[in-house]
Amino acid sequence: MRFELTPRASVAPFMRTLAPILAFITAFLIAGFVIWLLGRSPLAAFQVYVVQPLSDPWALQELLVKATPLALIAIGLSYCFRANLWNIGAEGQYVVGAILGSWLALRTHGTDAGIWVLPAMLLLGIIGGALYGLIPAFLKTRFGVNEILTSLMLVYVAQLLLDYLVRGPWRDPKGFNFPQSVTFDPAATLPTLGEASRVHYGTVFAVLAVIVTAVVVGRTLFGYRLRLTGDAPRAARFAGFSSKNTTLAVFAISGGLAGLAGISEVAGQIGQLQPSISPGYGFTAITVAFLGRLNPFGILVAALVVALTFIGGESAQILLKLPLDLTQAFQGILLLCVLSADALVSYRVRIIRRGGGK
Amino acid sequence: MTMFEAILLTIVTASTPLLIAAIGELVTERSGVLNLGVEGMLAMGAACSFAAAVTFDSTFLGVAAGMLAGVAMAAVFALAVLGFAANQVGSGLALTILGLGLSGLIGAPFVGARRNPVEPISIPGLSDIPLIGRLFFEQDLFVYASMLLTVAVALYLSKTRSGLTLRSIGENHTSAHGLGLPVLRMRLLAILFGGACSGLAGAYLSLVYTRFWSSGMTAGRGWIALALVVFAAWRPGWVLVGAYIFGAATVLQLHAQAAQFGVPSQLLSAVPYLATILALLLLSIRHGRAIGAPGSLGSPFVPDR
Repeated sequence: MRFELTPRASVAPFMRTLAPILAFITAFLIAGFVIWLLGRSPLAAFQVYVVQPLSDPWALQELLVKATPLALIAIGLSYCFRANLWNIGAEGQYVVGAILGSWLALRTHGTDAGIWVLPAMLLLGIIGGALYGLIPAFLKTRFGVNEILTSLMLVYVAQLLLDYLVRGPWRDPKGFNFPQSVTFDPAATLPTLGEASRVHYGTVFAVLAVIVTAVVVGRTLFGYRLRLTGDAPRAARFAGFSSKNTTLAVFAISGGLAGLAGISEVAGQIGQLQPSISPGYGFTAITVAFLGRLNPFGILVAALVVALTFIGGESAQILLKLPLDLTQAFQGILLLCVLSADALVSYRVRIIRRGGGK
Repeated sequence: MTMFEAILLTIVTASTPLLIAAIGELVTERSGVLNLGVEGMLAMGAACSFAAAVTFDSTFLGVAAGMLAGVAMAAVFALAVLGFAANQVGSGLALTILGLGLSGLIGAPFVGARRNPVEPISIPGLSDIPLIGRLFFEQDLFVYASMLLTVAVALYLSKTRSGLTLRSIGENHTSAHGLGLPVLRMRLLAILFGGACSGLAGAYLSLVYTRFWSSGMTAGRGWIALALVVFAAWRPGWVLVGAYIFGAATVLQLHAQAAQFGVPSQLLSAVPYLATILALLLLSIRHGRAIGAPGSLGSPFVPDR
């Protein structure tokens, strides 16, 4: 028995929407099987992972909080992936954005610096992430170094830098030797939307990023250039589009958005720097970007869906004693299913018994 | 044993998993498939081998379980990229994410357990040679296996008919298919071989190198192995050289941390990653774009009848 793929002559538009949904269901079934193998009840896990968060107002807020960095980073990554460039170092750009933005918060700590601090921090976050993202882009355009490996290696470097800062020079002297910075002043804290809410302004940034990206990709020459570079690089060259400039631009955009996500998380959610400021948002955002089919609004929905796995994973750890790693494993399964489903949209699969075919 | 000898010995231990994983990935890539899931397969190999070794109190069964886990992970990847012609970069990343998560699940009950060291096997006569004798001829079986593996893969690729088939499929799958060569079957075998190697390398990490299991213990070694293949311009001999350079860098930074030069330990921990970037950069400056890369690397193959 073997598979045979034949390209489909035409693809119905609804198939493109249906594919990620089918992939998600498949991933759920596989995950349920894994949970069953672990000797737990898949139904109880489904209850904790999906039903509970969606029926609890507190958890719904938490969903927005977790979806915010995912959406911001994934929107940025969609620029790269559209141009067929592989920035897999968003986690590092997120961390460096958080570091550079926090630098200002710590410098102005305890002073009456005024309302300019917060916007400046956000701007520094974007700059930090963008510059860090430009390193692999520059190495690629100038020297032809593979961007996949360099962007990933820089994640480890960024995490070690953060670790050094919060254990060394930036450690709170009154923090009982805990590896964490001082808690940011109110002037350096991103406000929440509403009084008792946990949802902060980062969510607004994410929605804005979605709208701007929808316009840029769909309606501008730059968006056309991105799609052409990704789909037909030779045609893009003949059209006079410099692939180098495109590379630098998309890495700066995705790095900048990852940096914004980082500083928003630290200034809006955590309130201080600590050794770990992300449960792997930068990597999970890759899954989000593909689950959303690189479409800005699709990414928004995908971010909410994948955020659910983070919240479900946390409650499953407490209620069912299922390790948090299950969430990561599920995200891997989900990405595999999404990519396979993508292929199934363009190809028809026939199963041929041995002896058939050639 | 002198301090110097001890350091050299640990370099061999640190280099061996890199070498094994990179050789496996080299064969996969030579067939034209880029599997970025090495880190995930490595983690699964480490977790499964440790779990099996502790459960059955057998290093042999541990190694077998590790290799099997690597092959199983590779099979999942093969189903996606060969069966469904899915994007290779994305699928490889997914495999890494999956492997890191799944290995944490499998290894969780075994956190805190320890294994006894694997006994070295000395080769009579040769191990008495000063300095290099103890270094290369009084090692555990894995080290010998990694050397044999390198030589075997080098000979296979350059001297056998099957190796030639594999390389031509990697260079140009359309032409190879036109010549009637079994593109997908060779690629499947190459992917599974890569998985077995990564699983073996993972087994070495948890059974010999650390002798315990902890989540995330692979610490980017899978990615360094991937970089080694590029660095070696897809040649087995250079993978060996590269693996030992990186092994040395890892060990020396550990010793530098212990010696406390007043340099932050995090900076020294970053050395292997920075060295990888630097190595890729120097290589690109000298040779221009990725020299020696198989022509069809990373592009899916769908035969048109």
